[in-house]
Amino acid sequence: MTFDIAAVLFQDGVANGAVYVLLATVLVLVFTVTRIVFVPQGDLIAFSALTLAAFEAGHTPGTVWILALGAALALILAGGKAAGERNLAGLASAALWFGAVPAAIVLTALFLVPKEAPLLWKMAVTCALITCLGPILYRLVFEPIAAASPLVLLIAAVAAHFGLSSIGLHVFGAEGVRTPGFAGPPLVVGDLVVTRQTVGVIASSLVLVGLLSLFFRRSLSGKALLAAAHNRRGAELIGVSATAAGRTAFIVAGLIGAISGILIGPMTTLYYDSGFILGLKGFVGAIVGALAIYPLAALGALLVGLVEAFASFWASAYRDVIVFTLITPVLFWRSLASPHVEEEAE
Amino acid sequence: MMRRILAWAPLGALAVAAMAPLLLTPYQLTVATYIMLAAIVCTGLVLMTGVAGMVSFGQAAFVGVGAYVTAALSTTFALSPWIGLVAAIASAAVLAALIGLITVRMSGHYLALATLCFCISFYFLVGNAELLGRFNGITGIPPVTVGAIALRSEAAGFALVLGALALVIWWTRRLLASRTGRVLRSLRTGTVIAESFGVDGQRHRLIAFVAAAVTAALSGWLYAHVQRFVNPTPFGVPASIDYLFMTVIGGSGQVWGALLGAALVTTAKQELQGLLQPVFGATTRLDMLVFAALMIVMLHRARRGLWPLLQGLISLHLPAPPIVAGIDLPSGRARPTPGLPVLAASHMRRSFGGLVAVDDVSFDVRAGEILGVLGPNGAGKSTLFNLISGTLPRSSGELSFLGQPLASVGARDMCRRGLARTFQHVKLVPDMSALENVAMGATQRGHCGLAAASLGLDRAEERRLLGWSQHLLARVGLADKAWEAAGSLPLGHQRLVEIARALAADPVLLLLDEPAAGLRANEKTDLARLLLELRADGLAILLVEHDMEFVSELADRLMVMNFGRLIACGQPGEVRANVEVQEAYLGVAA
Repeated sequence: MTFDIAAVLFQDGVANGAVYVLLATVLVLVFTVTRIVFVPQGDLIAFSALTLAAFEAGHTPGTVWILALGAALALILAGGKAAGERNLAGLASAALWFGAVPAAIVLTALFLVPKEAPLLWKMAVTCALITCLGPILYRLVFEPIAAASPLVLLIAAVAAHFGLSSIGLHVFGAEGVRTPGFAGPPLVVGDLVVTRQTVGVIASSLVLVGLLSLFFRRSLSGKALLAAAHNRRGAELIGVSATAAGRTAFIVAGLIGAISGILIGPMTTLYYDSGFILGLKGFVGAIVGALAIYPLAALGALLVGLVEAFASFWASAYRDVIVFTLITPVLFWRSLASPHVEEEAE
Repeated sequence: MMRRILAWAPLGALAVAAMAPLLLTPYQLTVATYIMLAAIVCTGLVLMTGVAGMVSFGQAAFVGVGAYVTAALSTTFALSPWIGLVAAIASAAVLAALIGLITVRMSGHYLALATLCFCISFYFLVGNAELLGRFNGITGIPPVTVGAIALRSEAAGFALVLGALALVIWWTRRLLASRTGRVLRSLRTGTVIAESFGVDGQRHRLIAFVAAAVTAALSGWLYAHVQRFVNPTPFGVPASIDYLFMTVIGGSGQVWGALLGAALVTTAKQELQGLLQPVFGATTRLDMLVFAALMIVMLHRARRGLWPLLQGLISLHLPAPPIVAGIDLPSGRARPTPGLPVLAASHMRRSFGGLVAVDDVSFDVRAGEILGVLGPNGAGKSTLFNLISGTLPRSSGELSFLGQPLASVGARDMCRRGLARTFQHVKLVPDMSALENVAMGATQRGHCGLAAASLGLDRAEERRLLGWSQHLLARVGLADKAWEAAGSLPLGHQRLVEIARALAADPVLLLLDEPAAGLRANEKTDLARLLLELRADGLAILLVEHDMEFVSELADRLMVMNFGRLIACGQPGEVRANVEVQEAYLGVAA
């Protein structure tokens, strides 16, 4: 392997790794707040790229129908529950989150995104569509069993993934897509040639991680999330609702998923079911941080990106085998590092 | 009578099932064979998920290991399928043991995700391996031969799979009723119960995982020789998820749930495909959406699956099994002379960061006495309790048991030395009978393991262990509750079952953590009488209690803790007169 090839692989690795960093960050966030290993995060990423591609092709993206259907179901469930309890505030909140907001986004996506609209506008609507899916997923799948063990939540998450990918095939079809990214001539730094896409992805990832850390340190809802993550029951006693914390975590997950999809779309061809493998790669990274420590998780995710890039050069057919076998030494290391964890009863 | 009929019902069902090839069309026979192949895998999952509380998303890969190992051996190396069977089972066991060893120490979702990654790796590995025919797979696998007869026809394949399924179900049910089975059943609530009664919980989690993998490999072996070709498709993650769905939907708690789930999901899937494909096109996978939604609804509403619902629907009131005859097993330990110390602690200390929960505490408990430990909330009683029972390591200080110094020992070792405990928050296996819960405490008094249980060599020992448990249940006054599910007993009875379970371990020192909490007045009187009897037997009893009156009447000596320190120790009368004690309890000197 020459230096040039290594440099290109390294770039690829870091760029993919930057997206995995976002993924791992979200996985850690969602896990610490809700104890859910959020496997469908990968689906949100794939759906985001597929949505943008549909807008580019001048179609109505299938996401619109997924959102409309999901919101309607969530509205019936949440509204019905609130009405049964004669809880006016709950009714209003359900009407807002599962009624008005999704309706507005769906209508915008249907009528206000012509084929010749600027790329940024399409990206913005894509983000809105995907972000809105986050809390709906939480309401439909996880909220009713929020107190269950992580294992039950994990089974629910995997079921949700299979549900999403089966709708995905239905509304997006089996073809893969690539979306436009940061265009323009590559940058030359000394001997190195760096594509704009790479720089753009890394910069966006850094900015997002920075914003997230600001959100946790400065904003009240960020602090509430941290409190809920640290001690769910304690947080509830001081007035932080676990449900609200879960919903916030899923809004953040949706938003970052949408942006990740837009970032990774130009680098790899994405299919309706690409999300699963993508999500698991982020997960391998997150496990390095024991699903709890952000910087370690980010480092792990970066490592996954690099291993993947070099593995696809040396043994491209075995790329995924190598990445997922990587989890074995990582788990072994975690198992030695972490003291015995006592399982909760089901 | 009813019981006897029910005991023979499975055999009757087997006989009816064996007639199936005469009645079904070849297509139906094939579907039935697939259902049974899936049910074999699901039975393993019942053992692992429903019983021991672990989840695998990679069971199809273990099926694949079984199928590919035997396929390669019987084609490339032209070996007998029976050698393939041994190799298939051994490979799956070794792989599962490796994955298990790495992850069993961590909480459950790590094992689940490790199996998921294993499944993906396996799929791509066999799909790219030249030796294994890449994604085309291996063809021309020979059928299984018995003597000179090759099991080539659909009916023969059906019979082979049916026999294997019957064997797996029979074995699983036998295992679950054994000594090892009781330990496995306790794991769903965590490893605390197992460890407190001298059993290695992690090792048993590993046993359940390996057993499930071996069952899956058996199904894979059958698949390869019935189907006569293999390719990677049926061994990927979607298939693993199907197995898990079948198990959860059918009912992961019982063996029959596996069969129900496999039958329901397999047939429903075909029906759904038939319904959906004309409407949505041949490539539609919307059936998956239906199953995902069904799965989520099941998790929300009926986590134990359909089998228990079905049982409730036809309200199958099984008459209780006959009460086992009580056997008073002689103690296997040398009883210390009454009055001599059983446990002695000197200058024990435990801190959590800056907080010193137990500070320089010295005391001893003597054979034939009840030592009461009192103290307000946060006084350090529970920490002290955990230090003695081996649940928590101490920061400094000495501890000795029956004259032997204890360096650093865990709960498991303390039980083996002769210490048994109850829990402040009752920890019983709720869906196991009171008798079996008590027998859990006697695990250390038996020796038969997995192999003995499988071969039926554990009958005599089981009779002794269950008899001993029944004797102890009678002693705490619950002889007639033996076969009731522990979780359905009132709290007072649950506490008594916990005491019986502790006694089953044949202890010399009994640690009771607030045994009177939540008991009614007459129940407290009964409990007090029982404790006095046990004291008369020469047992040393350490009693942590809130109820001052209850302890003062019972205890020979009292020790009072406050802010982690021992503030008084002596006769109940003296201690109650102690000024510092009165301050701790009432805020001011009375």
